[in-house]
Amino acid sequence: MQEATLSFKARAKEALADPTLKIAIDRTTGTAERKRAVAMTQFPQFEAARERGKRIKDHVIANLDHYLLEFERNAIASGAKVHWARTAEEASQIVVRLCKEAGAKRVTRVKSMLGEEIGLPHALDEAGIERVETDLAEHIVQLGGDRPSHIVWPSMHRTREQVSEMFKRLHRAPHQEETIEAMVDSARRELRDKFLTADVSISGANFLLADTGATCTVTNEGNAELTTTPPRVHIVTAGIEKLVPSMGHAIAMLRLLVRSATGADVTQYTTFHCGPKQTGDRDGPEEFHIVLVDNGRTRMLREGMKDMLRCIRCGACMNHCVVFRQLGGHVYGGTYPGPMGAVLTPMFDGLEQSRDLPHACTMNGKCQEVCPVAIPLPTLLRGWRDRSWREGLEPTAVRFGLGIHTFVASRPRLYRLGTAIAVRVMRLFNRGGLVKGMPGLGAWTAYREFPAPAKRTFMEMYKDQEKGQ
Amino acid sequence: MTTTLKQIGAFSSPPRVGLFVTCLVDAMRPSVGFATLKLLRDAGCRVEVPDAQTCCGQPAFNSGDTADAAVLARHFIETFEGYDYVVAPSGSCVGMTRAHYAEALADDPAWAERARRLGERTYELMSFLVDVMHFAPADVKLDTSFTYHDSCSGLRELGVHDQPRALLDKVSGLTLKPLEGNDVCCGFGGTFCVKYPAISNAVVGEKADAIDRSGASLLLGGDLGCLMNMAGKLKRKGSSVRSFHAAEVLAGMAGGPAIGEER
Repeated sequence: MQEATLSFKARAKEALADPTLKIAIDRTTGTAERKRAVAMTQFPQFEAARERGKRIKDHVIANLDHYLLEFERNAIASGAKVHWARTAEEASQIVVRLCKEAGAKRVTRVKSMLGEEIGLPHALDEAGIERVETDLAEHIVQLGGDRPSHIVWPSMHRTREQVSEMFKRLHRAPHQEETIEAMVDSARRELRDKFLTADVSISGANFLLADTGATCTVTNEGNAELTTTPPRVHIVTAGIEKLVPSMGHAIAMLRLLVRSATGADVTQYTTFHCGPKQTGDRDGPEEFHIVLVDNGRTRMLREGMKDMLRCIRCGACMNHCVVFRQLGGHVYGGTYPGPMGAVLTPMFDGLEQSRDLPHACTMNGKCQEVCPVAIPLPTLLRGWRDRSWREGLEPTAVRFGLGIHTFVASRPRLYRLGTAIAVRVMRLFNRGGLVKGMPGLGAWTAYREFPAPAKRTFMEMYKDQEKGQ
Repeated sequence: MTTTLKQIGAFSSPPRVGLFVTCLVDAMRPSVGFATLKLLRDAGCRVEVPDAQTCCGQPAFNSGDTADAAVLARHFIETFEGYDYVVAPSGSCVGMTRAHYAEALADDPAWAERARRLGERTYELMSFLVDVMHFAPADVKLDTSFTYHDSCSGLRELGVHDQPRALLDKVSGLTLKPLEGNDVCCGFGGTFCVKYPAISNAVVGEKADAIDRSGASLLLGGDLGCLMNMAGKLKRKGSSVRSFHAAEVLAGMAGGPAIGEER
C-alpha cells in the first residue's frame, strides 16, 4: 500500500493538496460538530453523565480481571463459546478458523473498528472467504478497495458525488436518480440477497455486559440485525475494555456515545445478543462465539495509558481536531485516526514508526473538552513525546537546539545578551515591518509573514526607563 | 473613575506583582509589556519586573524534553516565588506554570509543591485584572470594530473567555464583531507551526478567512504567539485587518503600528 511507504509529512502533503478530500472532510465533520453542539444544548446533564461514564469505565478497568471472568461465566451459561486472543494475529486466526470450521463460503460483516484493528478483512480475503461489508460506508470502502478514514463514518473521505459514480460503475442495478435515497436503494439491491445467504456473520460490540454475558451493538442502518440473524454462526470480536457491569451501565454509556458521535439521542438500532438460538426461538444463529481481544490493552494498563482504555470510539475528538479536519484519516496511517488514533497507533505500530502522530498536534485541548469520558488526550500525546525524547527518537537538531536554549535561558545575563543580539539580527532583515528572507525562518515564511521585532527588547527599554526615573 | 480592590480596602497595601513579560513579548513586541505594566499599575498594583526572568520552559516541555523543562521551571519559581502575584500577558505561558509545572517536576515532590503554590498566585493578565483586581479601564477611547480570538491555553486551561470581553466593553467607541470559530485553534501550537508548517498553514488559512468574514477592523487576542501567526497570515493574504494584543488597546496604546507594520 502506498500509504504505508510514504512518510507522515508526505501523506499530509498529498491530503492538503486534495480539495475534494477537504470538501468531504468538512461535510462530515462539520455536520457532526453542529449536531453534537445542538445535542449538548438539549442535554444539560452532560457533565454529570460524563463524570458517571468516566467512573464506570475506570471502575471496570480497575477490576478488569473480575469482570472478564464474570462475563465469560455468564456468556458460557447462555450457550456462547468464549475465545481469548492475546494479539491481533491470534484474534484474526481464531475468526478465520471458526469460519472454516463452519464451512463458510460467504461471511457478512457489521462495521467494527476492532475488526480493522486485528486485520480481519485482510485475513478473511487471504483465506479465500467471500467477505461482504454490510454497513453502507464500509460497503463503499470495500468497493473502493481502501481503508476506513473515520471510526464512525469510514467512507468520510469520499464525497457523495464520488460514491454515486462508483455505485454506477460497480453495482448490478445502480440508481438512476441522483438522490441519497436512490443511492441507498442501489446498495440495498446489491446487498440484500447476500445478507440472506451468508454462512457466518461477524460483528463487533460496543459493550459487553458482565452480569448477563450479552453483547451490545449499535447501528443506524439495521444491518447488524439483518447480518447476525440469518447465518448459522455469529462471531463477535471485542476488545476487553468494552466491558460494563450491567445493562444499566451500558445505557449510561450509550447516552454519551450517541450524542457525542452523531448528535442523536439514541441510535436507530441498539441490539443485544445473548447466546445462540434457544429451543423455541424462531430465529438466531446455531452457534454464537465471542472473541475477547487484548492486543496491547493490558500493556496500556501497565504503561500508564489506562485513561485511554475508557475510549468508547465516538469520534468526537477527531471531528473537533483542527489537524484531522485538514488531513482526514488516512494520513494517520493506522486503524484509528485523529487524536485518539495518535495516542493508540504508537502503541500498536511502535513509536519509531509513528512518532509524527503525537507531535502533529497543537495541544489546543479541544479533543479533551469534547471527549464524553474525559480522556486527557493532550497529556497522553505529550506522554509519547516525553518517551520519544527519552528513547532518543527526536531529531538531533531539535535536541541540540533545546539544549542550547535551556543552557542560555537558565543564565539570565547570557539570555539578555542573546535576545538583544537576536532582535538586532532580525532587524537586519526588516522590510516594512516584516522579516524577509532571513535564513532559518523558511518554515514560517513559506506560508505567512513574520512580523519584525522592535529595535530593542522590552528588558533593555524597561531598564533605561527605570534609570531615567 | 476606576475602582480597584485597593480603593475598597481589600488590600491593606498594594499587592506586589511580579510581571513576567514572556520571551515573545520581550523580544518581539515590547509595547505589550509596557501596556501590561500600565494596566497593572492603573489597577493599583506595585509592579516589579525581575531581571532574572527568561522563558517558562514550554517549548522544551511540549517537545517531550521534560528534564530541560524542569530546569526552567525551577528557575521561574526561584525568580517569582517572592511576589504576591505573578502576572503575564499570555494564557499559554501561565497555563504552563499553573497546569504543567507540577507535572514537569513530578519526580521532585518538594519542587512540585513549590510549583503548585506559585501556580495558585500566577495569572493571565485579563483574568487577573478582572477576577482579582476587579479592575475596569477608564477613559479609554477607540472608534473602531474588533473581533476576538480565544487562544486555547487561556480558554481551556485557565477559563479566560469573559474577562477580555468585559474589559474591552469598557473602551468607548469599540464594538465587537463575533468571530466564527473564535474558540478554534489558530494552528500556531508553539513549535508545531514550524515542525508541521504545511498543516499549520492550512489551519491558520481558515482562521484568517473567518477573521476577514467577521468584518472587523481589528483582530485582538491575549497571546502574542497566536497573534503573530494570524497577523502573519492576514498580511500574506493581503487582508486589511490589523492585529493587536488586547492589552495594548486596553492601555490606550494601540495608536502605533499593529503587529507586522513598520514602526
